[in-house]
This record gives sequence, C-alpha cells and structure tokens, in this order.
Amino acid sequence: MDKIPILKMGDYLLVTIQVDLYDRLALNLESDLVNMINKHSSKGVLIDISAVNIVDSFMGRILGNIAQMSKILDAHTVVVGMQPAVAITLIELGLPLSGVHTALNVEKGMALLQEKLLLDSTVIADDTDDNT
Amino acid sequence: MASPIGQLLQKKSKTVLESWINIQLQDDGLKEELLSNQEIRKQSEEFLQSVISILKKEDSQNTESPEFEKAAEILTEITTSRAMQGYTPRETGVFVFSLKEAFLSVLEKEFKDGLVPYADSQKINKLIDALAILTFETFISSREEVILRQTSEISEISTPVIRVWDGILALPIIGTLDSARTQVVMENLLMKIVETESTIAILDISGVPAVDSLVAQHLIKTVSATRLMGAECIISGIRPEIAQTIVHLGIDLANINTKASLAHALRSAFMMLKLEVRKTAEKPKF
Repeated sequence: MDKIPILKMGDYLLVTIQVDLYDRLALNLESDLVNMINKHSSKGVLIDISAVNIVDSFMGRILGNIAQMSKILDAHTVVVGMQPAVAITLIELGLPLSGVHTALNVEKGMALLQEKLLLDSTVIADDTDDNT
Repeated sequence: MASPIGQLLQKKSKTVLESWINIQLQDDGLKEELLSNQEIRKQSEEFLQSVISILKKEDSQNTESPEFEKAAEILTEITTSRAMQGYTPRETGVFVFSLKEAFLSVLEKEFKDGLVPYADSQKINKLIDALAILTFETFISSREEVILRQTSEISEISTPVIRVWDGILALPIIGTLDSARTQVVMENLLMKIVETESTIAILDISGVPAVDSLVAQHLIKTVSATRLMGAECIISGIRPEIAQTIVHLGIDLANINTKASLAHALRSAFMMLKLEVRKTAEKPKF
C-alpha cells in the first residue's frame, strides 16, 4: 500500500506530497499524521503541496480535516507552496480552507510555525507568571 | 460568348477610370490627407479591370465565378485597409457606388439619345450592389476586429501587478471587475506572488467605478485565493460611496483587511513586515 512519508524534525512533522493525491492515499495520510502527532506530541505540521497540480473538493476537505484534527491535538498546521491554479480551483469550489495557515514556501512556513510556537510558549509563561 | 456591354466598357476603360476617380475626389467626405491621389488611382484601376472582366461574361450575376472572386478579393483588401485606417463608412461606400455613376455616364455618351438599354444598366446595377454589400460586410467585420483587439488590450493594460517593495505587491484595478477580468487579475497576481515571493498584496480599487455584490464576490475570491497561497491581502482605495454601498448591500468584508488609501495600506504592510520608514538624521550644516 502506498504511503506518503512523514518526517519528524524536532517538534515538527514534515509532509511533502510529491505525487498527485488520490482518495485512498489522502485518507491514509490523514490517519497516519494524526497518529504521528499523538505519538510524538508534535507542535506543528508542515505540509508541502508545491508538486500537487490537481485538487478536487475531497482533497480540499482532507486538508481542512487535517488542520482541525491537529488543532484538537494542539498542533498548528501550515500548508505551503500551493500552486496558483490549485488556489483558484479551491476558491471556485468554495473551499477557502479558513482554518488552515498558509505560507509561500517551506522556509516561510517554518518561520510561521516557529512564530506560532513562540507565541504559545509566551502565553504559557505569562500564565505561570500570573500564578506565582 | 462575351457580352457586348463588357466589350464596350473594356474599350472605354480609360474614360471610365478618369471619370470614376474624379467623382471620388469630388466627394466632400473623402479625407484627402489619408489617401494620396496616386493610391486611389492604383486601387481604382485594379478594381475596375476586375469588374469589367466580370461584365464581359454572360453570367455576370454568378458570385461563384473566378472573376467575381478576384474582384471580391481586391475589394476586401481595400475595404479592410480603409477600415483599419479609420475611414468612415461613407468614404468606404463612395468607392464602390461612384463606380456605378462612372459606368453609366460613360455609357450614356455611347448610346444615341443617351438612353442606356435597360438590361445593361440593370446588369451594372446588380453587380455594383452585390459588391457594395460585400464592402459593408467587410468594413463592419474589420471594425469589429479592431474593437475586439482593443478590448483585449485594455484588459491586458489595466491589470498590472507592481512590486512596490521587497515582498509587497500592489495591484491597481481600473474599470469594472467582471468574471473574466477577475480571472485574469487573480492569475496575474498569484503568478507574481510565486515569482517574487511576496507576502503582502495590496488590491487598490480606487479605479473601480462601482461595487455591487458580484464585484464584491470577486474581490473576496481574489483575497481568499491569495490567502491560500500564503500571502496576505489588503484592499485599499475604498471611496465613501463604495463603503456605503457595501454596507447597504449587506456584504460582509469583516474578514478582509481594508484600508482607506494606498498609503495606509502600504504603512500597514510595512508594519506587518516589521519595517519602519523614518526621516534620516538631519545633515550637519557644514
């Protein structure tokens, strides 16, 4: 069975989708990713879709689902490198992926994740300060 | 068997040409500066020969004959070039219609009492009318071609994507946003975002005359697509009337970053990129 590799890098998980997603593959990715987040208690997920040229409403929903699931497991999701044609298609399908963070490339996506994480940790630090 | 009227006109073709050119030049509508005398002569001569060769044949009404096709080809060429140069329909029409006058005036002198046989004059009339209709068809279609070209040029020109700063793009939209233009605008913008790795795009709509729910829908689409790409979008240049219309129409722009002017948008873009614009320290006087 085909699988999309998920790489663990510190607190983050990296997913690079190099092939056009078909439904089965996307569903596998969804469950694998959730399991990985749970296992490593990751804080961020970065999904690179720069090689994806074709999307449909199902893929759009899977991406949205992944973001929501990771949110519940306390991890941020960033989708990076979306092709213009893919963006236009998703908008025309009425899927603005409102819950998903986006960035232009992996570099910017990583910076965004780090920023989010920093923000989270400062909030926690503030809370602990208040308590003491 | 060749037609006698054709033979006669062939013999008299020099006279016909002279009188035709004179009639054309006498017409007030003709812009002399656009077309030199020589050019009229050349075009007229060529066309006259082809018309006479049609008249020489028995079946002059046959629009499929090679002679007619040759005349039509010459006429199409002349008409197209005139339409492109901005001639009025009158000026173009006179070219063909005055030929009828020239033929008849020459023939009048040939027949006694100036009575041209009805059948012959009818023949000439019918042929010239057929050619005139062709002229107008060609004229209108070449004009339409010009209009189409201009329309596409306008839509090309009016959607430039400008890189105003490192990582900041501006897109001034001028004219009404319809579906086709939104598509072009969106594609251009997204391509440019990828190309320049910009993180902020400013859509300036001060050149949009009116915003209705459809235009707003298109704007929201563009903003969402930009966001999907991983860039932020700011809409600027919203005039008071447009703000009123948007609220009256009940369009929700709450999720979209809007600014009153391009300057404000640029300032907030600088803030997002953690950039600062300030005066340089004053230079020492000496």
